[in-house]
Amino acid sequence: MAILIDKHTKVICQGITGAQGTFHTKGAKAYGTQCVGGVTPGKGGSKHPDAELADIPLFNTVDEAKRATGANASSIYVPPPFAADAILEAIDAEIPLIICITEGIPVMDMIKVKRALTGSKSRLIGPNCPGVLTPNQCKIGIMPGNIFMHGSVGVVSRSGTLTYEAVKQTTDAGLGQTTAVGIGGDPVKGTEFIDVLDLFLSDDETKSIIMIGEIGGAAEEEACEWLIGEAKKGRSKPMAGFIAGSTAPPGRRMGHAGAIISGGKGAASDKFEAMRKAGIAIADSPASLGTTLAAALKR
Amino acid sequence: MNIHEYQAKELYRQYGVPTGMGYPAFTVEEAAVAAGKLPGPVYVVKAQIHAGGRGKGSFKEAAAGAKGGVRIAKSVDEVRQFAQEMLGNTLVTIQTGASGRKVNRLYVEDGSAIERELYLSALVDRATSRVAFIVSQAGGMDIEQVAHDTPEKIMTLSIDPATGFMPHHGRKVAFALGLSGKQVGACGTLVENLYRMVVEKDMSLLEINPLVVTKDGNLICLDGKMDFDSNALYRHPEILAYRDLDEEDPMEIEASKHDLAFIKLDGTIGCLVNGAGLAMATMDIIKLYGMEPANFLDVGGGASKEKVQAAFKLILADTAVKGILVNIFGGIMRCDIIAEGVIAAAREMHITVPLVVRLEGTNVELGKKMMAESGLKIVPADNLADAAKKITDEVRKVG
Repeated sequence: MAILIDKHTKVICQGITGAQGTFHTKGAKAYGTQCVGGVTPGKGGSKHPDAELADIPLFNTVDEAKRATGANASSIYVPPPFAADAILEAIDAEIPLIICITEGIPVMDMIKVKRALTGSKSRLIGPNCPGVLTPNQCKIGIMPGNIFMHGSVGVVSRSGTLTYEAVKQTTDAGLGQTTAVGIGGDPVKGTEFIDVLDLFLSDDETKSIIMIGEIGGAAEEEACEWLIGEAKKGRSKPMAGFIAGSTAPPGRRMGHAGAIISGGKGAASDKFEAMRKAGIAIADSPASLGTTLAAALKR
Repeated sequence: MNIHEYQAKELYRQYGVPTGMGYPAFTVEEAAVAAGKLPGPVYVVKAQIHAGGRGKGSFKEAAAGAKGGVRIAKSVDEVRQFAQEMLGNTLVTIQTGASGRKVNRLYVEDGSAIERELYLSALVDRATSRVAFIVSQAGGMDIEQVAHDTPEKIMTLSIDPATGFMPHHGRKVAFALGLSGKQVGACGTLVENLYRMVVEKDMSLLEINPLVVTKDGNLICLDGKMDFDSNALYRHPEILAYRDLDEEDPMEIEASKHDLAFIKLDGTIGCLVNGAGLAMATMDIIKLYGMEPANFLDVGGGASKEKVQAAFKLILADTAVKGILVNIFGGIMRCDIIAEGVIAAAREMHITVPLVVRLEGTNVELGKKMMAESGLKIVPADNLADAAKKITDEVRKVG
């Protein structure tokens, strides 16, 4: 078992003929992902110009691609001005899992998308995220497959490269991963920590969890409150956690649109404190995620 | 992106939001002309800088007088005098830091007879993923303090994007602000127009403090702090035209030209990292090893030679920098390509401070070998902890 994606996942790519879509679809295909189709409006029926992807059928619309291929997931590499529309098209086509990698989507667009997700048949991961990877089975997004190892740790993170850090460290610790999920660095996003933690808690193969947050918002605090509630119901797994941005000055946006301490809220110290209360083993350094989890597992 | 108060008030007028009469002035003469166009007899001369707390601020230069950045004038001559004192001088407020900001622009406004001061702001609420309004009868005060001391005095409501603004939203705001009679309807129209403005202009924050009730019972937006979603500026050339480069850090302007996310900090270790989360984590780990980061710098996914070079230039422009830590988790980018870029940039930049490079990803061994054979004094690191230890050790050695 794993969460969200596995070897049965059939993926289409929206924006497959763009530079990003081409590059990362090649990577996904090389990893063994079932890349069953691509969507580029106006290029339906033609061949992908890149020889490596020439066997992947192209369609004009997501709906068409879904009906023809039986796809149950879509990866989106469409540029920011058109990305919200691409997500909404995938929601409209009732694609169960939509993963949007695009960074820089206006937040007002995401407010509409978030509303459209309510009551829909779709789950959105991202935007502004590295995607999802289940070792040896399926890779959607831009994570480097070579650092992964099939194993027992579930990884969930707001940051891309810090996700890689956690993956590498759990591989080095001999633990390996069930699935790694990058939920993205934007303030309004499809999937929050709680959604992913819920999936990991329900997944038998996932024996422990690493959660990586960063400054801004209160999603980490909410997730920790939720974890405390679940633990009371007997649902809990060993966890290690880290929050990036202890040294970030307040009021400044630290790269990610959502990484900002504003009005005295969203500081790393508050989030670390929430994690401690929820019984999560704190990695005091981003270099000790793997060892902290390994130590927590021995307890 | 932030804009000035006078620009915010131009937007108010475009959206039919009531605000006082006033004109911007870049010179003393313009300030006098602006005052001449206003009915008087009371004028307000306001320093235009992108920082709050102007009224309670003070000028560094003695020639600017003892008064703050918002001054009440009783005549056109006095407006002229205040403009003379304020323009070109440095205003220090609670938000500017000790260095303050040079005042290059003024706004000359008609004085209002104020009955009550209220507070209204709108922002993107992450918890509900909606635009939310925050209102309070405690206007003119620090709202964070009000929220902390008397949270019951603050009312929040969010707007469902599926319905947009509805009349009941306006009523709720009006009654929370203690308005009555005709003011309730006026408030509804005001908030509706503000909502339309916030959504159409892609604002991430609108703060009106104070929103006033005048002696004759009218509602007026006396101030306006606006912040715009930088991801949406591509569709707002009219907002981008409001950008005032004098209000921005020159180094951050330079960084944005190279598509680098850069924030200058007060420490001594320069950081060059890919990914915002890892960049923050790198700052954190430097601190953990007893030193302070000199900057936040995210080079993004493609750490090309040109980008690395631009990044080194920014870092080295800061004379406080005593060492540089490069931390790249290659992901799909090959480490040998990154190493090539780092070596070329380091060579051309003649870097003399200690340089520790941590690379991770495909072809990492080749990358390390290339750096070792480059003839440059690049210290390779095996992982994040090793990198932090090495750069802090190296800098301590140099003293």
